[in-house]
Amino acid sequence: MKKLLILGGGMAGTLMANKLSKELDGRTWSVTVVDQDDVHYYQPGYVFIPFGTYTEKDVVAPKQRFMPHNVDLIISPIESIDPGKRTVSLAHGRKLDYDLLVIATGSEIRPGETDGLAEAMQHNAHDFYTLEGATRLASVLERFEGGKMVVSVTEMPIKCPVAPLEFAFLADSYFRERGIRNKVDIEYVTPLPGAFTKPVASHMLSDLLESRGIALTAEFDTGEVDGDRGKVMSYDGKEVDYDLLVTVPTVMGSELIERSGMGDELAFVPTDPRTLQHREYEDIFVIGDATDLPTSKAGSVAHFEGDILIENIKHHIAGEPLDPAFDGHANCFVESGGGKAMLIDFNYDVEPLPGTFPVPGVGPFALLRETRTNHWGKLGFKWIYWNILLKGRPLPIPTRMSLAGKRTDMLQTVS
Amino acid sequence: MGQLAYNDTMIEVNDDGFLVNADDWNEDLAGVLAQGEDITLTDEHWKVINFMRQEFAENGKVPSIRRLKKAGGIPIKDIYRLFPDGPAKKAAKIAGLSKPEGCV
Repeated sequence: MKKLLILGGGMAGTLMANKLSKELDGRTWSVTVVDQDDVHYYQPGYVFIPFGTYTEKDVVAPKQRFMPHNVDLIISPIESIDPGKRTVSLAHGRKLDYDLLVIATGSEIRPGETDGLAEAMQHNAHDFYTLEGATRLASVLERFEGGKMVVSVTEMPIKCPVAPLEFAFLADSYFRERGIRNKVDIEYVTPLPGAFTKPVASHMLSDLLESRGIALTAEFDTGEVDGDRGKVMSYDGKEVDYDLLVTVPTVMGSELIERSGMGDELAFVPTDPRTLQHREYEDIFVIGDATDLPTSKAGSVAHFEGDILIENIKHHIAGEPLDPAFDGHANCFVESGGGKAMLIDFNYDVEPLPGTFPVPGVGPFALLRETRTNHWGKLGFKWIYWNILLKGRPLPIPTRMSLAGKRTDMLQTVS
Repeated sequence: MGQLAYNDTMIEVNDDGFLVNADDWNEDLAGVLAQGEDITLTDEHWKVINFMRQEFAENGKVPSIRRLKKAGGIPIKDIYRLFPDGPAKKAAKIAGLSKPEGCV
């Protein structure tokens, strides 16, 4: 019996477990998933928790529920990977060996990477990238009666790069509904040159911030946070004052990857951008946030990667060449407040453009434009996530990005 | 696309001022590229530039600021002091490397 081991039972690990359990011959292959936590977290829902739209019950479910019956789920901390010996050490001295390894250990916030941030997070600085942080922020916002709220991105890349923008837009709506928007200043602080990473989307999202009265401070590389004085400070001596800081701290791969000496400086695993094979070890594949790929760390990316990875694992087992098919495809809803949302669709080579999606000229979704339908799409995504994506089932969206229905005339030539 | 006058020849640079042909780079040209950014190169600058070129030669990747700190042992505040306003981009340009990969 050969052993396929998946490290991490988040979205990427779970969808791979489901695909592999169907595609591999159960007489010759066993599939095992290891994760330290028996709860599955619906991370795309976190951004709604601070505003009371979702609570904890909307975003948690037992991991076991999403595992096929022929997959073994082990709940245990993972100590380290030894790729040379093809073994994985768990807590309490337990060891697992593997024939094929899928690393799906995700990414996490690391407030400790920024001077003063962990201390500030004890009182006037908050995150919404953890369930605890988002839940705590809900009660903080409820009590907030006015002052300056800074929404900041500490360092790129972050998981779900649109989330802090969504937070800013939703905060604007939230304070309007409470009738205190005139008492709240909102400032968006980012190391990027504009609101977002790519030119067309950045321009449109910067305009949207302005239309909501949200100040934009770009090219700000956070070096230190002083919670006592309410200041965010950049490496080159700039300062932004705050009363309430909502920040996305530095995002890194799992500490397990660091302990195993298998990551880059942010503990992301070197991965072939087209085949998803580990760049050094042929019997290791990487999926989701754990990779070092230059695309978004987002659930949609893990979904598209899964379609490619299952084929490449089958190719590998059959001794066939891998298909360099992954194009970096990402597809993300961007909540813009007031019951509307935008949608962006892009890959390694083509930035987000306006248009219609998924049916060219029809939609029903609008790319880079605020509509109510997009908002319902985002809310409906929760059902799709729990019932289709985690089960590794297909969506009526092509795995590779399509240019059809997009305003390609707005593409800038990349030199 | 643009051109940079250098010792009676014209060096090809892209719209952001980065060298089009990495082979055009030499230490003297680095000084010219630095002048374009209002930077006069000192030993401290050269420590950063040399480390970046060595990293690129070994890994094929333009190192991030964080990488300069972790692997090169160069404090981040120093990097900002030496290459003010967008140090990752400026140092890469002077080192004759490509623009650091855009984040997504």
